[in-house]
Amino acid sequence: MMSRDSRIAFAPNWPTRIGWLALAVYVVYAGSQLGFSADRFSTGLEHGHRFLARMFPPNFSRWELIASGIAESIQIAIIATFFGILLSLPVGLLAARNLMPAWVSWPTRAFIALCRSFHPIIVAILFVKAIGFGALAGVMALIVASIGFISKLFAEAIEEISLKQVEAVRATGAGFLSTLIMGVQPQVLPRFIGFATYQLDSNLRNSTMVGIVGGGGIGASLFTAYQRFDFDVVLAILIIIVSLIMIAEIVSGWARRVFQ
Amino acid sequence: MTVADTLNRDWQRFTPLRRLSRFAFYLATLAALVTSLRTIDVIPEFLYDAPDQMVDLFVRMWPPDPAYIAPTVKGLIETLHIATLGTIIAIVLALPIGLLAARNVTPNPLLNLLAKFIFVTSRSINSLVWALLFVAVFGPGPLAGTLAIAFRSIGFTGKLFAEALEESNKGSIEALTACGASKASTFLFGYWPQVRPSFWSIALFRWDINIRESAVLGIVGAGGVGVALDTALNLLYWDQVAVVLIAIFLVVILAEIIVTALRSRIL
Amino acid sequence: MNQPAKLATATAQPVGADQGSLVIHRLRKEYRAGHPVLREVTIDFPSAGVIAIIGPSGTGKSTLIRCINGLVRPTAGEILFRGQDLAKLTGGALRQARRRIGMVFQEYNLVERLTVMENILCGRLGYVPVWRAWLRKFPQRDIDRAFDLLDSVGLPGFAAQRADALSGGQRQRVGIARAIMQEPDILLADEPTSSLDPKTSVEIMEILQRVAQDSGIPVIVNIHNVELARRFASRIIGMTGGEVVYNGPPDGLTDADLKKIYGGENWME
Repeated sequence: MMSRDSRIAFAPNWPTRIGWLALAVYVVYAGSQLGFSADRFSTGLEHGHRFLARMFPPNFSRWELIASGIAESIQIAIIATFFGILLSLPVGLLAARNLMPAWVSWPTRAFIALCRSFHPIIVAILFVKAIGFGALAGVMALIVASIGFISKLFAEAIEEISLKQVEAVRATGAGFLSTLIMGVQPQVLPRFIGFATYQLDSNLRNSTMVGIVGGGGIGASLFTAYQRFDFDVVLAILIIIVSLIMIAEIVSGWARRVFQ
Repeated sequence: MTVADTLNRDWQRFTPLRRLSRFAFYLATLAALVTSLRTIDVIPEFLYDAPDQMVDLFVRMWPPDPAYIAPTVKGLIETLHIATLGTIIAIVLALPIGLLAARNVTPNPLLNLLAKFIFVTSRSINSLVWALLFVAVFGPGPLAGTLAIAFRSIGFTGKLFAEALEESNKGSIEALTACGASKASTFLFGYWPQVRPSFWSIALFRWDINIRESAVLGIVGAGGVGVALDTALNLLYWDQVAVVLIAIFLVVILAEIIVTALRSRIL
Repeated sequence: MNQPAKLATATAQPVGADQGSLVIHRLRKEYRAGHPVLREVTIDFPSAGVIAIIGPSGTGKSTLIRCINGLVRPTAGEILFRGQDLAKLTGGALRQARRRIGMVFQEYNLVERLTVMENILCGRLGYVPVWRAWLRKFPQRDIDRAFDLLDSVGLPGFAAQRADALSGGQRQRVGIARAIMQEPDILLADEPTSSLDPKTSVEIMEILQRVAQDSGIPVIVNIHNVELARRFASRIIGMTGGEVVYNGPPDGLTDADLKKIYGGENWME
């Protein structure tokens, strides 16, 4: 039987302990850097009370304006998703390392990374400055965002497909396009539907916001009401936006089930 | 069965209902697209002009202004603090609510619904809007930004966290219940060891996204490098804007590298 | 392996026949109304030894065992043990009763990502406050006992290994050690050998038999292998269709009884 000293039940895990300690120190440090203090919180909570009071009850009186803004946001989202997906297909294909040579796939991947790095709002600002206010800037910004997301996932999905299945289809004598349809697509399609619905969702959320920087949609009305301190109108718009997003999520869920 | 019977059998990929639903979706998508394209308010001249305008913009951005690097870096550090603190606050709050949302941990459907509602609300309100709300309450500055990031992330992390909990192995939990362990002990010894890798993976994923989100909050006054960006934009100093954009790009790439490295170590 | 250490529980005092024995009285369980899985089952369990419950699948053996420690709530009836009706307990009282009832599972039900030592100490979770569990500051007495139990079940030196690195037989041994860590008054085993190969099954049954001998508590085992039941049990209970059709010593089990339990002669040939 081993001696008692060699029977240690729980060896102290020093890396983990140090990690937690470092995290705690960081939180305190960062908090102080950002100027968190107890009385800021308490004054804030007071304001919060008054702020919430001014929001209720929600004011739907300008509903025509709100309705047209929402409609524009939906249009922006749909168009951006459609063209974004359309453009992502060739881009994703070009980025797939198992189908493309390195001098094609690496620059494509860099391009995709560029599209993804910037928040759609930033991209929207640039488009607004370049091509003017309005829905077009919003659409272009979201197309860029969609390409950044969908082509990356599309490329990864292509890289993960079983090449054996593609070979098998090839062995029947199929050409490149037929191979694509029968060998590549069935493996990739279910996940693709998932990506597409996710991106539509994401674009819908962002299309409600690009208006704040001039990209069209309901965001502009929201921001205007906010700057005028019409917080009851702000709440009304928020409620509509949230309902829209919830409905979109439900519809996405159906789409995914139908196509699985 | 005769040969004639086999000839009459029709191979169909999907049941009639599925086919109808798929067709309905295709139709609906097409209809939505066509309606949107026809009714959207886009001035065609702007569309044709767009490529030229964009080239013009890029020309003005080059070369980037090195004098703006210092304020940009300062703003970036603030952005990183906002993103990190915001993520930490979010997961601290999302953990207990996630426990309420998981049907195997909390069998009470009312509590499940309440938790899910909190998550949906948090996710549906854009971080920019959360920032607007918190700026109105706490005044402009990084405090509003951090809380905005936190409140937006609760829904994302909590939902994924609840899903991880619901996928955990029921047998081990049954054994701990049979030992007479309390709910808290069952969580510590039964659920937590199983969901811990997912938890960290989700947290890292959200932190990565939050860095991108935190960078723009400054546009509405919630602190971070967005303030520097906004200032430069308003003054139309495009070479300064270029500095900020490059800096954001580098930080985002760096964060992705860190996250990928950490994720492979955790799993 | 030389003389194995005793698999005794700390409370290994001889108990009177009425104190240590489990009595199930008219137990009934319906998962769907009108389709009872257990029909008015009444059993006087002996207060020591290995008791094997045999019978075909779906006959309610697993339901019966799970009613005892409340993992399944009975529709009607009483489960009397140590002066309590276990069927009526809820909440804190149920938890307290459960920690005195050990259970071994067919699929071992260890926490895969925890070490063997942590899995065994799970048996003490009903006894220690949460903060001790969280910081892993279990009483030294428990830790010493855990190491001793590891030796007794034939796994010396395995304490720091992760549970998912173990074979089936090894996992089941850890499962038994965990149950005994609870210092139970009774041990339940739900098909403990069904996922194991024949040789390992015998080893596990030997351990269960030793538990019964060393600690003097009754060990109730669900098993579908009649040979194992005959070899290791001191009492056999045969069930079919949710009812008890045999309750006696292993050597009293005749072919006629087996036919009543399992129906049809084909499987015996």
